[in-house]
Amino acid sequence: MDFTLDKKHEMARQLFREFALNEVKPMAQEIDETEVFPRENVEKMMKYGFMGIPIPKEYGGQGCDVLTYIMCVEELSKVCGTTGVIVSAHTSLCCDPILTYGTEEQKQKFLVPLASGKKLGAFALTEPGAGTDAQGAQCKATEDGDSWVLNGSKCFITNGKEADIYIIFAVTDIVEDAKGRKSKKFSAFIVEKGTPGFTFGTKEKKMGIRASSTYELIFQDCRIPKENILGPRGKGFGIAMHTLDGGRIGIAAQALGIGEGSIDATIEFVKERKQFGRPIAAFQNTAFQLADMKARMDAAKYLVYKAACTKDQYMVDHKTSYSIEAAEAKLFAAEAAMAVTTKAVQLHGGYGYTREYDVERMMRDAKITEIYEGTSEVQRLVISGAMLK
Amino acid sequence: MNIVVCIKQVPDTKGGVKFNPDGTLDRASMLAIMNPDDKAGLEAALRIKEQNGAKVTVVTMGLPKADDMLREALAMGADEAVLVTDRRLGGADTWATSSTVAAAVKKLDYDLIITGRQAIDGDTAQVGPQIAEHLALPVISYAEDIKVEGNSVIVKRQYEDRYHEVKAQMPCLITALSELNEPRYMTPGGIFDAYDKEVTVWGRDDLTDLDDANIGLAGSPTKIAKASDKVRKGAGEKVTLDPKESVEYIVNKLKEKHVI
Repeated sequence: MDFTLDKKHEMARQLFREFALNEVKPMAQEIDETEVFPRENVEKMMKYGFMGIPIPKEYGGQGCDVLTYIMCVEELSKVCGTTGVIVSAHTSLCCDPILTYGTEEQKQKFLVPLASGKKLGAFALTEPGAGTDAQGAQCKATEDGDSWVLNGSKCFITNGKEADIYIIFAVTDIVEDAKGRKSKKFSAFIVEKGTPGFTFGTKEKKMGIRASSTYELIFQDCRIPKENILGPRGKGFGIAMHTLDGGRIGIAAQALGIGEGSIDATIEFVKERKQFGRPIAAFQNTAFQLADMKARMDAAKYLVYKAACTKDQYMVDHKTSYSIEAAEAKLFAAEAAMAVTTKAVQLHGGYGYTREYDVERMMRDAKITEIYEGTSEVQRLVISGAMLK
Repeated sequence: MNIVVCIKQVPDTKGGVKFNPDGTLDRASMLAIMNPDDKAGLEAALRIKEQNGAKVTVVTMGLPKADDMLREALAMGADEAVLVTDRRLGGADTWATSSTVAAAVKKLDYDLIITGRQAIDGDTAQVGPQIAEHLALPVISYAEDIKVEGNSVIVKRQYEDRYHEVKAQMPCLITALSELNEPRYMTPGGIFDAYDKEVTVWGRDDLTDLDDANIGLAGSPTKIAKASDKVRKGAGEKVTLDPKESVEYIVNKLKEKHVI
């Protein structure tokens, strides 16, 4: 067992760190305040290959591994949680299912422009009446000649209005079991922005990750080509769950980065801030709190990297499952990030409660990692479900 | 077209400079980076490659750990990398360095050689022009813009208050300023590819066109008598005067010190 990164991973981390500090950090506070999507930085990330890190080169990606991609989300999130989730939603939730379930034609048509940084992706599962309970979904797709016709809406969609290509889940069939109980069968579809009948609803005003363009998507007799179904008809729920297993590693990395970023900011602050004639770093309470914060984020880091490496094994051998590793990483990293950013604000005192200091934003950004792509409660269900099988 | 870019690994001064007790730089404890002027030279070469098509080879003389910097250059887009490393080459001043690097460059195909203006550790700005001398090539130093036109380069050479536009036929050598451009970032895939590539490693014995009298510490005419840390100046003297009185005050002070 070796816990050290090899040289190419170290260099990749250095690249992400440098990019995050030079390009992303100077914008973080402003985009939080204005809630404006950081288009310019996203275009830079597209140019430098950050939007297709774990995708094979033959499909326009960088041909690196999941661990490298995870470190990218981590380093970006250390300075800006919004930027971290933009990359994560694009890569894990849009590129990944097309790579896993797409036909060769779909990969050429959609994955190549996504992974090579020409287009931005999004993923839409959640609906106003259906979050954790997927059976509550209303959005449906009906067959009509050589098209599918979508009707319904999706909400809380990251990269909502900014994306070009969307993975949409819709009910295609209702099946009845032997006892006459009905259940919905979902299918996944690839929908392009600009398709007639596909419009945007309200933009969410959020507590954190405020510039990630979270929108409602509306489909009214939206007609898409039949070949845009992703994977087999009726298998959409499995596709969504499998995609979210991967997405959770991305969000775990985002949480990891936010927590670590708040520690970096706090170390800087406690060395400067003086009370009773000495820097507050000199007080044992400060030192002990910092030690707890670091130990907790390091524990999170090993779980997140373990999940990423397990997904890398899956990429080689599809018999490997990374569902439990992903759930544990997300559960632990998200709760660690929330606790650690809260302590970071506390150590900043009154200043930490003002928007002048980064930790205030980081604490707001951390909260969402306990909620989206499966709440912490859902992660506990996944983990315990496997334990008690 | 073949472009050779000479680069150097230098201590990163951003994290503060550390010294050994004898006054020399404590290189081991400082992070190492690609010298900023050299990086701009590499970026210029990569832009020429994109526009005109070229093979870009990076060359460095240094410790085996300079391999990291060469991989960085490959990850940015250089095609090949050469590391010249040998204990016998250690302790070289600008003369020994330029003799050695020139001997290495001679083994390569080149139309254009680009070096940085100067390294942030030694700050001599001598190695680039000396390499040109060893190779009997024209040199254009302090380049703030480079254009390739047919078989020539047109370079804006920076002066304090103006620039000269100089045209030279290739082969020639250009020394680049960090203001020349904004070097690109590496790409993640470029990093992975860079570690799959071979870096050519040459020792002293691979450089046949090189006299032993011109290498390493023994071949270095420069001897450092003493290195010392900067002595802190006092707090100075603050005065508040109107402009006319200030001028008088300053002139008197300068006269007192026999400056004017």
